[in-house]
Formats: sequence, C-alpha cells, structure tokens
Amino acid sequence: MIIRGGIVYDPSNGIFGEEMDLFIDRGKMVEEARGEEIDASGLLVMPGGVDAHAHIAGKKVNTGRIMRPDDSRLGTEPRNGVCRPSTGYTVPNCYAMGYRYARMGYTTAFEAATPILEARHTHEELQEIPIIDKGALTLFGNNWQVMECVRDKDLSKLAAYVAWGLRSARGYGVKIVNPGGGESWGFGTNVKSVNDPVPNFDVTPAEIIRGLAQANELLHLPHSIHLHFNNLGKPGNYTTAIETLDLLKDIKPSRMRQVVHVAHMQFSAYGGTGWRDFESKAPVIADYFNSHNHATMDMGQLLFGSATTMTADAPLEYGNARLTHNKWSNHDIELEESSGVVPMIYSRKMLVNAVQWAVGLELALLVDDPWKVLMTTDHPNGSPFVNYPEVVTLLMSKPKRDAEMASMHEQLQKRTGLGEIQRELDWADIAIMTRAAPARILGLPDKGHLGPGADADITIYNLKPEELDTSQDHSLVKKAISTAMYTIKGGVVVSKDGKILCTPPGRAFWVDAAVPQADTDRLMPDLQEKFAKYYSIQLSNYAVQDAYLPHANVIRAGLSIEPLQEVA
Amino acid sequence: MSEATIIKDAICSFCGCLCDDIIVEVEGGKVQRARHACPLGSSKIMGHGRIESPMIRKDGELVESSFQEAYDRSAQILLQANKPLMYGWASTSCEAAEKGILLAEEVGAVIDSTATVCHGPSVIGIEEKGLPGATLGQVKNRADTIIFWGCNPAEAHPRHFRRYSSNSIGRFTPQGREGRKIIVVDVRATRTSRNADKFVRIDPGCDYEVISALRMLVAGKGDILPERVGGVLKADLAELAAMLKAARFGALFFGLGLTHSRGRYKNIDNALSLVAELNQHTKFVVLPMRGHYNVGGIGQTLAWSSGYPMSVDFTRGMPYFNPGETAACDLLARKDTDAALIIAADAASNFPRATAEALANIPVIQIDPYENPTTLLSDVVIPCAIAGVEVEGTAYRMDGLALRLRKMVDSSLPSDEEILMGILQSVRKQRQMMANEGA
Amino acid sequence: MITGRTLAQGAECENKMSPGFFRAVALCHISETDFKSLELTEGRNVLLKNECGQVVLAAKADSGLPENIVFLPMGPWANVLVGRETGGCGTPHFKGVKVEVAATDLPVSDIRELFTNMRR
Repeated sequence: MIIRGGIVYDPSNGIFGEEMDLFIDRGKMVEEARGEEIDASGLLVMPGGVDAHAHIAGKKVNTGRIMRPDDSRLGTEPRNGVCRPSTGYTVPNCYAMGYRYARMGYTTAFEAATPILEARHTHEELQEIPIIDKGALTLFGNNWQVMECVRDKDLSKLAAYVAWGLRSARGYGVKIVNPGGGESWGFGTNVKSVNDPVPNFDVTPAEIIRGLAQANELLHLPHSIHLHFNNLGKPGNYTTAIETLDLLKDIKPSRMRQVVHVAHMQFSAYGGTGWRDFESKAPVIADYFNSHNHATMDMGQLLFGSATTMTADAPLEYGNARLTHNKWSNHDIELEESSGVVPMIYSRKMLVNAVQWAVGLELALLVDDPWKVLMTTDHPNGSPFVNYPEVVTLLMSKPKRDAEMASMHEQLQKRTGLGEIQRELDWADIAIMTRAAPARILGLPDKGHLGPGADADITIYNLKPEELDTSQDHSLVKKAISTAMYTIKGGVVVSKDGKILCTPPGRAFWVDAAVPQADTDRLMPDLQEKFAKYYSIQLSNYAVQDAYLPHANVIRAGLSIEPLQEVA
Repeated sequence: MSEATIIKDAICSFCGCLCDDIIVEVEGGKVQRARHACPLGSSKIMGHGRIESPMIRKDGELVESSFQEAYDRSAQILLQANKPLMYGWASTSCEAAEKGILLAEEVGAVIDSTATVCHGPSVIGIEEKGLPGATLGQVKNRADTIIFWGCNPAEAHPRHFRRYSSNSIGRFTPQGREGRKIIVVDVRATRTSRNADKFVRIDPGCDYEVISALRMLVAGKGDILPERVGGVLKADLAELAAMLKAARFGALFFGLGLTHSRGRYKNIDNALSLVAELNQHTKFVVLPMRGHYNVGGIGQTLAWSSGYPMSVDFTRGMPYFNPGETAACDLLARKDTDAALIIAADAASNFPRATAEALANIPVIQIDPYENPTTLLSDVVIPCAIAGVEVEGTAYRMDGLALRLRKMVDSSLPSDEEILMGILQSVRKQRQMMANEGA
Repeated sequence: MITGRTLAQGAECENKMSPGFFRAVALCHISETDFKSLELTEGRNVLLKNECGQVVLAAKADSGLPENIVFLPMGPWANVLVGRETGGCGTPHFKGVKVEVAATDLPVSDIRELFTNMRR
C-alpha cells in the first residue's frame, strides 16, 4: 500500500509536516512498496494514536456498566454486517471501544490498572475489544509480597516477584496506586503522606514506591513505574506530588526513558486547604517537570458532563460517593488491592470542577517539552476518551479556551492562571503527545512512528494543516480529528470517514522478564505460604492461561537483557 | 483399563463458591472420587444419567436425530420466531455465553439468565446504589463480624463457612470461628442459624422494615423507632446495630430471602445503603450469595458485550434492557415470546407454573446434559458435554473472581459452545438460502 | 409459604427425573405446632391451595419453622403455587405466598404426572 502526498507528522523520526509518500508492506512500514494507493494530498497524516492510560477492561469497568444502565442507553448503535452493537458513553461495551478508538484514529490503548488476581477478567474483555492493540498495567502498590520484600530490603526477591506477577497477570508494566492506602483501606483507613506507615506492614508509601522503581529498573522493563500518587484528588496535594517525585530523582533508568510516569497529573496538582480555597498549583508542578528529567505525566484532563470515576484508590472513591451522595461500588482484592467506582457529573458552573478543568490544560501548556506530557482524560474518570478532540482543540486554540472560560464560574480567573497563558500547541506537539511520546514512554519501539519497521498504524485526517488556522478554526479541527478520514491498523484500512470497514483482532502486549532462578527459588516458599494460608484460591489456578491471549505479543525483559535496548 | 490419574486443584462447577481445591481421581475415563467436594459438588462431578442422543419431536414424540438435524431444526425455529427467548446460562462457561450472545444478536433474540429468578433484584439494587464488596479472601483474612441475611449457606453453599467466611482462618483472623461474631437474620431457624452467635428471627416480608430500623439505629436516630419492628424487639435491634458498628471488618452476605420476598429489589437497595452507611463507622462489605456456579459469569459476559447484565433484548438490533419487560418470566407471562432456547437451566421446573405453561405452548429447544421437566416440553433436545467436568472454560465466582475450569474427563458429546456455533452456522446457511430464493 | 434451597434438593437438582429428587423436593415443611394441630403424622400428605393452583406434598415437621409458615424446597411442586407476577422487576414472588394447608389422603404427583398434558 502507498499513501501519497500526505503532510506527515512523525516526530520520532524528526518529520514535522513534510509532504511525503508512505509505504506499507505486510503490516509494516517499509522504504518501498506497491499495491493499493490512497491519495492523501495535502492532508494531515500521523502515526495511529496511542493511549497510554485508560480504563478500558476488567472488573471495575464492568462494574461501571452493571451499576450504570443509564449510561449503556447512550450511544447505542445497532449491529450491522461488520460491527457488533455499540452501547454506552462513559462505560461503552467492548465493541464500541474498539470502533470508537479506530474512528478517532487511535490504534493502541493500554488498560491502566489490573490486580493480578483479577487479570483473567481483564484479558477476557481486552480480547473482545476489536481492532486496537492493547496491554494492561499490573497493580503492585498494595501487594503483601511487595510490602514484605520492601520491608526486608530484599530487592532481588522483589524483582523476582514483580517478574512473576507480570507473568501471572500477563501484564505489561508496574502500576502503583495510592501505595499503602489500598492495604489500609482493608480496615477502612488510608495513608495520609508518603511517610505515613502502612498498618501491619512496617513500611511507608515512600519505601514501596522506591522499592518498586528500583525493581523496575533492575528488570529493564520497557515501561517505567506508572504512579498514581497518594492523596490524589485532595486540596493541597501538590506537595505530595513534589515530595514523591523527589524520592525518585536519583534512580537511574535502565532504558532511554523516564524513571516514573505520573498518571493523570491533573488530579494531583491542587492547592488550597479545602474545597473553599481550592486552587491550581499547576505552575509549580510544571516548573518541577521543566527542571527535572526523570518524570513524565499524562494530563488526566477533566471535561464537563458525565464521567464514571473508577480507580484502585478505593478511599478516594468512598470520598467521592460521600461528597456527591451518588451510588458507590467498592471492591477490595485480597492481598493485593482495593478499588472503587462512582458515577460523576462535572459542571462548568461548579468552581472546583472548573478549576480542575483548567489545571489539566495549564499542565500541558506550561510544561515546555511535549515529550513529557501525554494527552489523556484518564478515561472515563475525567471524561470518556471520545472527547479527546475537545482536549486537543483546547490546547491548540487560545480563543477556544477564552470562550469556554467566559461561560464558567466568575471566580475561576482567581484560582488559575490559565487565562494568561498564550501558548497554542501545534500539530507537532499534538503528534508527540498523542503518538510518539506515549509509545516512547510505554517502551513500544514499533508504535507511535512511521519509520521502516514500525507497525503500519496510520491516521489520515480530512484536514489540510497548511491551510487551516487551528487557533481560529478550532471547530473545524475538532470535527476533522473526531472522525479520521482513514484509520489504518497493521496495514489494513479499518475505518474510513467514520465507517468501520473491518474488525481484525488486536494484539495483547505483555512483558516476560527473566530473573535468576535462585531469586525465584527464594520467592516461591513465600508465595506457597500465602496461597496455603491467605489467598482464597490455589496457586495453580492463579496465573492467566494463554487461552486468554489468542493474539499475544510477548516482550522480553529482565536481568539478562543486555545491552539496553533503545526505543525509537 | 487406563491408568488412574489424579487431577489436583480441580474446580467444582456446582455453586457460586467455585471451590478450587478438589482432588479428582479418574480411572477408565470416569471420575471415581472427588475429594474435598461437598455433597452438592460431589453429585455434580461424579455424574449421573444423561441424555444420550439429540432428539426432535415428531408427531408428539421425541425421536432420536443427528446433531446436524437438531441444529437445522433449532435454526429454523429461531428464524421463524419474531422474538425468541434464549434463557439459562448459569451452568455453562462464559465462552458458551459469548457464542450465545452472538447467536442472539444474529437472530434478534432476548437473552436472559437464571439471575432473573434469583439475584435479578440484587442487580437492580446495585443499579440503584452500587455494591460495596470485596473478594472472599478479603473476608477470610479480615472479617470479625459476619451477617448472613436470608441465606442458608449450610445447605446451599456448604463449604462457604470453612473456606471463606465464619470458620475460615486468615492473616488477621487467626482464631477463625472463635474470633468472630456470626449473626443470622432469617424468618426461620436453619442449619446456618445454628452456627450463629446471634440469631434474629424476623416476620416474613419484613426485611425492608428491619433494615430501615438498623439504618436509623446506626445513624443514631433509634429514639423514634417503635418497640417492635418486623417482629423484632427494639432492644434486640439496638444490640445488633451496636455489634455492626463495633466490627473491625464486617461482611454482610445476603440470599434469596431478600430478593424473593416482599420488597424484592428495594430490600437490596436498603441493605446496600446500610452497608454504605456502616462505612462511616467502620469497614463493611456486602456480597450476594450467588447460586449456580457461573450465574455471575453470564452477567459479566453480557455486561461487557451489551452493556447490561441480564434480560437483554436484541430484537431491535441494539441491546435494550428493561427487567419487568424483557425478563424471561415477564415475556412468557405476557406471551410476548414465540420460541425459546433453554440452555444449562431447567425453566419448566424453576418458573411459576403459569409461566412454565406459556413455555409449553411455544417451540422449545433444550441444550442440557440431563433430562428434566424442560425436556418434556421441548421440540428439540440437544445433549452436551458438561462444562467444568468435560470441557474447559471460564466461570465467575460469587465475588466476581474469574477462574478457569479444568477438564476432568473426555466426552463424546459436543460442548455448549460447539452446539451454539452449529446452530449459528445453520442460521447463516438457511438465511443465505432464503436470500438466494428471494433473488 | 416460603420456598428455598435444601442440601438434598441441591444434590439432586441436576437429576430431576430421579426418585431421589422426588424424595428431596416433593415436601412441605411445617412447624411442629401446626403439624400437631393439623393432626399430621410422618408419612401423611398435605394439600396446599391458593389462587394459582393446588398441589399435594408429603408433610414434614420442622422445628426451625415458626407457626403459620410452611417451607417448600424450590422446584416444580412449589411453583404450582407461585404467581407469575413480577412487580416489574423480572422476578416472581417465590417467598411470602399465601396458601391454605390441609391434611389429605390424596397421593403426591410424581414429576412426569406434574408435566403431563402441559404441552399444547
């Protein structure tokens, strides 16, 4: 296949808006090829979008569906010759997720939080999501074995456990959510700072985070630790963010990437002592990211309207339910985690919500280097992923931001500096924040770029970047990027002008990290004891079987991987 | 004779406990023993009389047929119907459920599970209030106070006490039963209430009132309660409320005593509210005691496929859900369905008589390993291999945990999955032929 | 009347055409007081009746039951007395059903008799 004459943005390869032809052969980008031609003359062409943080599969997503039949009634589309039926807005059914990502030009998405014990369920759903490639991050931050290894300062055993846990969960990377807080929630409490000891385990969140970061680097995992801070969502929590980031600045990355990726930074960049004086501290956070190179973030942008909050941060969800008097689901997972789900409506007339909206945008606009900030909404916590085009246009257009702010709470200007920010992102920035950077941050060398050997995942938007003023014509931009003209996944046109043409199954990425047998041998007695005494199932029924990953893509890592593999 | 083999950590596919520590001894292609299994699980795993051949009703009698003939006749029935019902699913794998959902989409059927006559009201309660729950291991490791309300695990989930609840031993519960307070609320004394530290007998149909009274007591508003609520003295309720608040980790398990009696889903709504409110004072979780081993799994599978966990109507092309309208019992009672496929459930026995009579008056396809009253009403009977004994697959425990069922012995019969695909292929073929004839 | 699971009902519930299922399920549990006042003895049958229908079951004294409540193992005999109304939630009222109970000399129908002539 040949794509002719597009205006290509491929930041990983230093290409920023060059008119060029692209060649595809057997699902990969190549130097030369023949076959079907697509005329993309003057149109915006990018690699397929990569979502590095979204809640798209597993128990909490399905809990959201089950407790919200109101949501499933939105966005319904009947079955047709190609597609299964679609339902839902904030918690779409599996099929709708695949179709909607593809229509928007996205070809890869990673589920952000899966407990090992419930990973089988996550893969059951991932398997049902058509078209896109995917993976799932594995939760380790409240795990008994992790906390005991950290307490015993046994880094090699911790690394062996992380490798074992990823293999058991068929997981992609190390996710940490409110470390120590999930365990505390087992008896209804929470940790209040990174130095607050975890009850019964004689460790602190700081020690858990550092231990897992060190194990992550010892294992040369493609992705860094992926961290949801303590105190997330609370006024004044920006200090926790800075304090936590400082814990990690001396750790050396084992690959060419960050040491920590911060999930949905927006929810952790708040000032104030309570909701009354709640304010943005995005500038402080942005300064930190501008002056340090060990951390990246995704925005976790909040948009107004309906959302379903879902997170392994169970005490936060209990707080959400108490605050909004809304229905509340909680789910504690023995020895590993806790979690919760609460529906939410964000209102532009509500000052706190308006400030949250502004914080996400400030972060993306104040951090100088777009490689450090991913565009996300923490789907469906800040807003469902179908609203990414709204976020992109807000970042690209100061007039749009001004128009939006004019309709919000009058106090907003005093609580955020967003109104003074003149910066408008360009297509290069957007291509980085939605393609190149998420692929690099996740450590996916064949994603997010269009160089030879890359996966032929390509988006062509019906928009002429050289003719369109993205600042003034933001509504045209939004329309164009909401529905890709072509979405090509693995060399196949899967969506054209919003119509799904075919639904190949996506691949599931997981990381198999090798560790010395001696470390595993030291680990196994601990695990055997845990299964004999504490788990409610047998060790032999724990790990996810290969039957659940019919299209697996295994990435090798581990202590024996040398030299360091550089990502694109 | 073949060598005896031992299968360790096999999963019992009888009830929602999904006990996964069964040791199965197989010899000569047959299960000889199922160690650790309770009487219910043992009965299932050891097996008993089976339907041996597919059958199609001809001149009033069920006559043996080939599988292909049975698939073709089934496809014909589904294609001729305006609103077929596909009901059951609680005792088969999620893989079979997925195929069933696809078939329901293609023929425009209503798909419903046995939850509809069991914990369906719990699902509606959860839609109202959410479910503050936990995995069963969390209860085992932490719970010092457990209430069984309107359920009788001693008879319905025999190993629940020892594995997960009152008698289990975990990290923060080293004393097991000794260290726990067990409360049973029921309208009658049962084997479960004999295990209780406190048994509260309430009047039938008064669950809602009693839960409301407890909510008031927990909220410190007990002074406005009458002296007796639902047959229970206020002093008793006050003692109970104090026990709940004094828990370090409390767990409420509820059963059909709440879902089947007056108030139905409102009872659940109220119980979920009570638990949510108890979390202002201590840690408390709530779990429904799901009956059939994979009634949870069909709910999960339907939810991720269609957005709804039961009673999903595909006749409009897109999923539509409105229990009371689209639930199996309502469709039959209204005579709003004109064919039925019953799989892994015995609708004829488990529905009210008048509802079962409506089933008797429409064409019925049965997919089941065993003969049962539904067989007597069926026009096509297709025997299957037993999921969880003869076929691998996924099932969801009562707490939502997915496990992979092991295969213990071979079967010459096709699996539910294969049968559903056989019917689906026949549907597609017959559709194609009709289209060709039309052209 | 309330209906529900019993151990024996569960153990036989996938073996419905068997004598075991009949023995386990075609039963009516009655409180000891009511059992006496109806002048019942082990082995005698009772006739249960309401607006939905009537069914004969073997009577069984149950010390766990309060007066004026009968407990029936869930299944096709009990369901003769359950109405089809679901109150808009999909689930019939399987518990809390009003029935009249009287001693009888009529025999208990076996499972095939129960379903004979049900088909059109």
